[in-house]
Amino acid sequence: MVENRPVLRFIHHLTLIAGVVAVAFPLYVTFIASTHSLESILSVPMPLLPGDQLWANYSQVLTAGSTRGAQAPVGAMMWNSLVMALAIALGKIAISLISAFAIIYFRFPLRNFFFWMIFVTLMLPVEVRIIPTFKVVSDLGMLDSYVGLTLPLIASATATFLFRQFFMTIPDELVEAARIDGAGPLRFFWDVVVPLSKTSMAALFVIQFIYGWNQYLWPLLITTDEKMYTVVIGIKRMIVGGDALTEWNLVMATAMLALIPPALVVILMQKWFVKGLVETEK
Amino acid sequence: MEKRVVFRSSWLPYLLVAPQIAITVVFFFWPAFQAVFYSFFLQDAFGTQSQFVGLANFAELFRSESYLNSIRVTAVFSTLVTVMGLAVALALAVAADGILRGALAYKTLLIWPYAVASAVAGVLFAFLFAPSVGIISYVLRGMGVDWNWVLRGEQAMLLVVIATVWKQISYNFLFFLAGLQAIPRSLIEAAAIDGAGPVRRFWTIVFPLLSPTTFFLLVVNIVHAFFDTFGVIDATTQGGPAGATQILVYKVYYDGVKAADLGGSSAQSVVLMAIVIALTVVQFRYIERRVQY
Repeated sequence: MVENRPVLRFIHHLTLIAGVVAVAFPLYVTFIASTHSLESILSVPMPLLPGDQLWANYSQVLTAGSTRGAQAPVGAMMWNSLVMALAIALGKIAISLISAFAIIYFRFPLRNFFFWMIFVTLMLPVEVRIIPTFKVVSDLGMLDSYVGLTLPLIASATATFLFRQFFMTIPDELVEAARIDGAGPLRFFWDVVVPLSKTSMAALFVIQFIYGWNQYLWPLLITTDEKMYTVVIGIKRMIVGGDALTEWNLVMATAMLALIPPALVVILMQKWFVKGLVETEK
Repeated sequence: MEKRVVFRSSWLPYLLVAPQIAITVVFFFWPAFQAVFYSFFLQDAFGTQSQFVGLANFAELFRSESYLNSIRVTAVFSTLVTVMGLAVALALAVAADGILRGALAYKTLLIWPYAVASAVAGVLFAFLFAPSVGIISYVLRGMGVDWNWVLRGEQAMLLVVIATVWKQISYNFLFFLAGLQAIPRSLIEAAAIDGAGPVRRFWTIVFPLLSPTTFFLLVVNIVHAFFDTFGVIDATTQGGPAGATQILVYKVYYDGVKAADLGGSSAQSVVLMAIVIALTVVQFRYIERRVQY
């Protein structure tokens, strides 16, 4: 604070409060809509105070799904989302950690070639190569399976870069000391590199968990069986077209269920979230 | 960037990079190669025969009115998302940087939309703005606005832009705040002693010093608007009405999956890959000389 200007500070607070309200309003309306019966939501304007159908709506979607759209229980979809998010986050961390370790701590023919190959994947998001990737997964018989949902999304250039950058900051003296003490590369990896990388792993985990949980296009393409839907896909399948036909109370209850887990991860792990966000973009 | 001390092994490094390289080859390179390959072929309706047609798919693409429309729509969409998202986030970041108490609480309350899937964000806004039952539509009607994004192209565009900006603000806000906090206090204090007011200090010192962050966010937001907004579009307008919100990524999906036009969709994939590569190169060239002046 350079100088004391109460008016300016007041404007700053006002701006921030307006921002917080604008950001929170859609969430508030979603929550309200998830606590009412369909009839009271369809009465225009819809109520803006909580109703008494909270338990009825949430237990309905968790165990049975909607009645007019997809009739798959959202509880099972949340399990699928969780499996997908965890497999992608942990898988990415694991394979990026070892490939970055190989590229930093070894000299071998093709090293630069491999690094270049990983780098290029940064430029090929799944959205631009939808059809051929779908075809590969279908030829491998991976449609409607957890492997098909997660494996194609596990290779990640950003995670490899993050670890590569971090490994460059580990002092060479540690390697020398390890080698003098007779430790091989794998021993060094487990006893020095992995413990030192814990903060980077936590940061990466938050970002990749959200990435995995929120995947939309990929599960939309490769899941046809309702048992394999993730919760984000489930919401979409509940909207049957036409404002008045959709069971908005159930859709909004499902939306709450879809956004609470990743939002909790962001808020509870805020420190790692900010670190992960800033560092993966370097 | 090379390590001075390394380990020696003739097989271990290959084993360690193998999982990542295998996945990259199977799910990135092979499909990308196929996209390029198919973009030179024309398939019949049953996918049984294909004929080499050279660049005909591309020529067809750039002659087709719907593709040119999609390019225009993408340009408008990404410009609106980037400009609005950056302006709002910068205002909030400046405000959060300028207060003493409560900054952390505001920050927490502003960053959580990052966690919301773009498809879910689309559903929330589709509900708020639903023509007959939406609460904001009700208010707009009360103000005399004839609101129906299901029929009106420009309103549909506005809807997807608002949903995207809402989700993207948290990201921009965090980077702007970090950029603002990295500006040396001494410069601002010196300007204050010389009599420059807050507005003048912002435009002559803060904004120029923030330009690396702004430029970085500009590129990231364009990439985001191009490629990560499929969920918003599919959950709300599905490209409609009459192609008014059919951005390039949505068109690749629509032509390839719904219309089963393999050659045309592959040609579009190749064009998109060229765009991503160009944007990535811009981003990395900039990061290499990330200098403050």
